[in-house]
Amino acid sequence: MNSNLKKIVLLVDDDVDFLEQHRLFLETENYEVVAAHSRREAEKLLETVTPDLAILDLMMDETDDGFVLAYNIKKKDAGVPVILVTAVTSETGLEFGTVGEEGSWIKADAILPKPIRFEQLKREIHRLCKTDKI
Amino acid sequence: MTDVTRILVTDDEDGMRLGVQRALRKYVASFHDLDCNVSFELDLAASGEEAVERLKENSYDLLLLDYKLPGISGIEVLSEAKKLCPDALVIMMTAYASLDIAVSATKQGAFDFLAKPFTPQELRATVRQATKNLILQRQAQKLADEKRRVRFEFISVLSHELKAPIGAVEGYLELFRSGAVKDEETQTRIVERSLARLAGMRKLIFDLLDLTRIEAGTKQRKLEPIDLGELLRGALELVEFSANARGISLELEVAPYMIFEGDRSEIEIVMNNLVSNAVKYNRDNGKVMVRVLKDARGYQVEIEDTGIGMTEKELGKLFGEFVRMKNEKTRHIEGSGLGLSTVKKIVQLYGGDIRAISEWEKGTTFKVELPVQSV
Repeated sequence: MNSNLKKIVLLVDDDVDFLEQHRLFLETENYEVVAAHSRREAEKLLETVTPDLAILDLMMDETDDGFVLAYNIKKKDAGVPVILVTAVTSETGLEFGTVGEEGSWIKADAILPKPIRFEQLKREIHRLCKTDKI
Repeated sequence: MTDVTRILVTDDEDGMRLGVQRALRKYVASFHDLDCNVSFELDLAASGEEAVERLKENSYDLLLLDYKLPGISGIEVLSEAKKLCPDALVIMMTAYASLDIAVSATKQGAFDFLAKPFTPQELRATVRQATKNLILQRQAQKLADEKRRVRFEFISVLSHELKAPIGAVEGYLELFRSGAVKDEETQTRIVERSLARLAGMRKLIFDLLDLTRIEAGTKQRKLEPIDLGELLRGALELVEFSANARGISLELEVAPYMIFEGDRSEIEIVMNNLVSNAVKYNRDNGKVMVRVLKDARGYQVEIEDTGIGMTEKELGKLFGEFVRMKNEKTRHIEGSGLGLSTVKKIVQLYGGDIRAISEWEKGTTFKVELPVQSV
């Protein structure tokens, strides 16, 4: 962990505006942001960067990119909190949970439906990173 | 396709029930035009009461129903059947061709009549007609369901596409409010992005209007002679600025007096879309070549680019609605995903055709055929 430095957030979404907005927001909140447009880009970044938190879009080039990426991040370091964001809930009514049966295979600590509010994201980050005082 | 039609035969005469059973047991009705063969499965009831019991327990496609029954009458069974088995067709069998009975039974929803005595051939012909009706009904229902599903899907995707720019602009405004935007450069970038997303949304709405107008056929078409060269020069002028900015050269190869009889605004939608795509999906310093060829059948307009091209899989879905090629290279390209779908519909209105030939990372050529006589 980069205890003396800024915490690193990995931000992955194929929507350029989502990336831009959340990068700006997280930087104002004093995080260092590494951003990727796709799962492939993110996996490349992960070879050299170990994030303190990951915020991932669920559906990118493939509909399960977010799940796969979350799984890979957790496999490497189970302690990294992962937030999945998705517009799937509001559009299809499909809901995903992080507890129960689904919780066992969805490797995420929180799933937030898009559009997400900055304040909501901030609360979620604080909740997940409480122990680290991120 | 082979289907089974379930029939309930109700008659108090044993001979009649067995005669019907014999006539239909091994009969297969073939409907070549509907690509369908139908065989028959029969249940027999000796009274109206028994028929109602059967109807409560089973579902039938067709009822052969005697009018004159000892207990409750055929008309009463008919009205029960309409409640218990509303999709079933009912054929009334009656010994006297009474107009009163016919009127009363038709009011209750009988489909047809068989006057006793009837031959096995007459029975089969009547049953065949009813079965054909059932098949057509089912096919119509299936089509209606499919239409509803397609419409629902269209609206879901449309609302997603309309919500996305709203969400983006909202996000940027939130950033301003939260005080996260400090320097002027960021400010400018955010305003530019917001405007671009709004412009994209406006484009989507206009494309949507074009598409629905053409689909509904409500648009007043005004046919006039169009000089394809002149129209294409106009289309190229529209993209000249963005092409120059990326070093893309534009070429037009067209002989004079290539006159096509059509609706100017429709042909403009076709050519503007294709020319604008050829620039949007091109590489920097690439080339767009537009050619107009003429043969005995009509015109062929070719729009060739040196762009990013498409894979086989992408080509397959190219003309669908809301289809946007999503990959690393197209991420920053704005588009409604309705353009090519509309283009294809217009070209088809003229009895023409549009094809795309493409090679990944090499470029794409669209070939539009516009036949001359068919207008």
